[in-house]
Amino acid sequence: MAIINLNVNGKTLSVDVDPSTPLLWVLRDHLNLVGTKFGCGMAQCGACAVHLNGNAVRSCTLPVSTVKNNAIVTIEGLSEKGDHPLQQAWEELDVSQCGYCQAGQIMSAAALLKRNPKPTDQDIDNAMSGNICRCGTHVRIRKAIHLAAKTSKK
Amino acid sequence: MLIGFSLLNLTAEAKALDETLFTPNAYIKIGADGSIVLFAPNPEIGQGVKTSLPMIIAEELGVDWKKISVELAPLDSRMGRQTAGGSGSVRGRFTELRTIGATAREMLIAAAAQQWNVPATECTVDNGEVIHKASGRKLSYAALATAAAKLEVPTKPALKDPKEFKLIGTRVKDIDAHKIVTGQPLFGIDTRREGMLFAMVSRPPAYGKTLGEVNDAAALKIEGVKKVVKIKNAVAVLATSTWAAKKGRDALVIQWNATEKLENTAEHFATFKTMLDKPTATPQRNDGDVDAAAQGAAKVLDVTYEIPTLSHGQMEPLNFFANVKDGKVELFGPTQVPAAVRTEVSKQLGIPEANITISSPRQGGGFGRKLMTDNGVEAALISAAAQCPVQVQWTREDDMQNDFYRPAEMWRYRAALSADNLLSWHQSGVGIGRGVRGDSYVAGAIANYRAEGQGLTSNTPTGWWRAPGANTLAYVAESFMDEVCTALKKDPVAFRLELLKKAKEQTVGKINYDPEKYKSVIDLVVKMSKWGTKTPGEFRGFSTWFSFGSYVAQVVDVQMLDGQPKVKKVYCAVNCGRVINLSGAENQVQGSIVDGICHAMFPKVTFVNGAVVETNFHQYKFLRMKDAPTEIEVQFVESDEAPTGLGEPALPPIAAALANAIFAATGKRLRKLPFAEQLG
Repeated sequence: MAIINLNVNGKTLSVDVDPSTPLLWVLRDHLNLVGTKFGCGMAQCGACAVHLNGNAVRSCTLPVSTVKNNAIVTIEGLSEKGDHPLQQAWEELDVSQCGYCQAGQIMSAAALLKRNPKPTDQDIDNAMSGNICRCGTHVRIRKAIHLAAKTSKK
Repeated sequence: MLIGFSLLNLTAEAKALDETLFTPNAYIKIGADGSIVLFAPNPEIGQGVKTSLPMIIAEELGVDWKKISVELAPLDSRMGRQTAGGSGSVRGRFTELRTIGATAREMLIAAAAQQWNVPATECTVDNGEVIHKASGRKLSYAALATAAAKLEVPTKPALKDPKEFKLIGTRVKDIDAHKIVTGQPLFGIDTRREGMLFAMVSRPPAYGKTLGEVNDAAALKIEGVKKVVKIKNAVAVLATSTWAAKKGRDALVIQWNATEKLENTAEHFATFKTMLDKPTATPQRNDGDVDAAAQGAAKVLDVTYEIPTLSHGQMEPLNFFANVKDGKVELFGPTQVPAAVRTEVSKQLGIPEANITISSPRQGGGFGRKLMTDNGVEAALISAAAQCPVQVQWTREDDMQNDFYRPAEMWRYRAALSADNLLSWHQSGVGIGRGVRGDSYVAGAIANYRAEGQGLTSNTPTGWWRAPGANTLAYVAESFMDEVCTALKKDPVAFRLELLKKAKEQTVGKINYDPEKYKSVIDLVVKMSKWGTKTPGEFRGFSTWFSFGSYVAQVVDVQMLDGQPKVKKVYCAVNCGRVINLSGAENQVQGSIVDGICHAMFPKVTFVNGAVVETNFHQYKFLRMKDAPTEIEVQFVESDEAPTGLGEPALPPIAAALANAIFAATGKRLRKLPFAEQLG
């Protein structure tokens, strides 16, 4: 166990954990940020996607000791009022079915839109193929990303 | 919110404890403070019933949908069958919930009418208010709650004329949409309770192995690990965090002994072949004489299909919370069958059901996995053994290796053809476990039809996977039907309509489907897809199937890119009676189609020496965004009939529609799943 300082959603937080603990479990079990989900534990499904300095990463395979003071943003911190253009588009188009994968989907999509504000369908394929949705909401996810791209203010 | 809700014991006639609360039944709670809570009785597994069932109540009750809140109901003896399965929630509860809403509406009207001293017949409701049109007076439900609570509950309330529906049939956003996209705690994996420990369980690594010697010395030394307990055939490590529990479990040294045969998928299929070569003693259906029809027929088609074992793969790995204490049990977690879990826990712990409460959060997918009680029962056993509240968490490997799988099957289809007609249809199938059954709509349309099914006993467990039976039968039957059409040089749609006309006008024996309703979806999908036209570079496949009371017809358009199919568009026509939530319904149909394409194309489970080879998503391959159809267009046949099933019906026909499209594109028949392996 060691005291580790983290920069999460704009705040500096301290946890006392085994340094090899994946960031996912530090967020969920030690920082009470349960929006980031566990789906596979080996970076295959994307349910654990968070932003590390703006890039989407798989928190389930990222030991917390390697994070240092890099900025982590989770779904809870994506927007102050839950009104990121993607969150709004997701609601407007009623994307979710079970909802379990959607936080990870949104985080992957948010990283995409940050680097590519007007993605093509091919861009969406490339950016989003790391996220699994077992319920099959893909058609609506794609539409929601296009909608958010359209409504986003630069 | 119910995540932290600790339940009181509910008895058959629970009385409102607070006289400012109007609770005419278990489903509705209206407060003098303006709060309106509707209780959704069936488990929410992504099929949308936490939204659609309360919509039915809200319609008759006359509330403003934007001003109500919804909670998932616990297991409650006043609520009947609280299960999620068989596409049965909406169709089972439609009339019941209308009555529930109407009952409360009439009591609120009665309370207002009394207060105003006018006849109830002069009052109407709208958006949570009772209105007396003649005098322009209005009273909110909040203002009437206390008075309404004192009235007799009417036994036969009048239901709205469906022409007056304002909510049912519209597009309504999922009730939890905002919570989902903002990452609020919603799922079983998010459960947190005072004093609870996280548990990970070491279960047999192969079917046919049982628990032997356990050495937990190293496990107990892991920081955070508090206890190690044995339950039947498994060992649980309990710790203060999920990761510590996992590390503890990884440090266990366990001897697993092979006490039964360790089975292999290769052997299963070899045995299937032998079984299919022998006719069964009692066919499931036998009209006419398929053997005689084959004699001297112009052509006989004889085709075999192979279908693999599948895992359920719901995105939320199994988990469950249990607290067994002082002869009482609190259960909370993802299950599609809370009553069955409670019964089994009661039996195994020797605790009366009356002392057991159970409720569920929203669930990250079901697909039939949670029709089994194992995750809930296991958690109760661990809590009892460890004497503390426990949240059991499964890894993906646990989930993949401890499933009740969609059984592997093999089918043989034979048809005798004349120059231009189908003379006989003979389908023979075998599957692991309970075996196969079911008929194509061809049964009843032609004189010679035989269906035979067998089961292969196995210690690899099988269960129910979305559209059980239909999810394989529709693939084989509709693929074979396409082969028949090709051989007869008949248009796939025209020939279906020909057969269905015969089934209606010259029915052979009994049919369990309505040929007119089949026609309704076929006609609609023809119109939607402009069947008969051709887009350069695109190839079409057609399929149609009836299951869970609903009729579905689909057209798939594919392009071939580097030998792999790219689905450009799927057209899907559905006849499911009245649609409750148009947005949720469309989502279910689109989701079923993607689900079906995924499982036709990519994954399979293989048993080698009783162990599952595909332990996670790197081996058990799922469809990804790049594999998903670009467009899925869904239309519902207009209907005033009561709702029929919708969680499952759009899945069965899609595999054949896709296979038939790939045939149109390549001339290659895909008779073995998963297709991606066949396409190389």
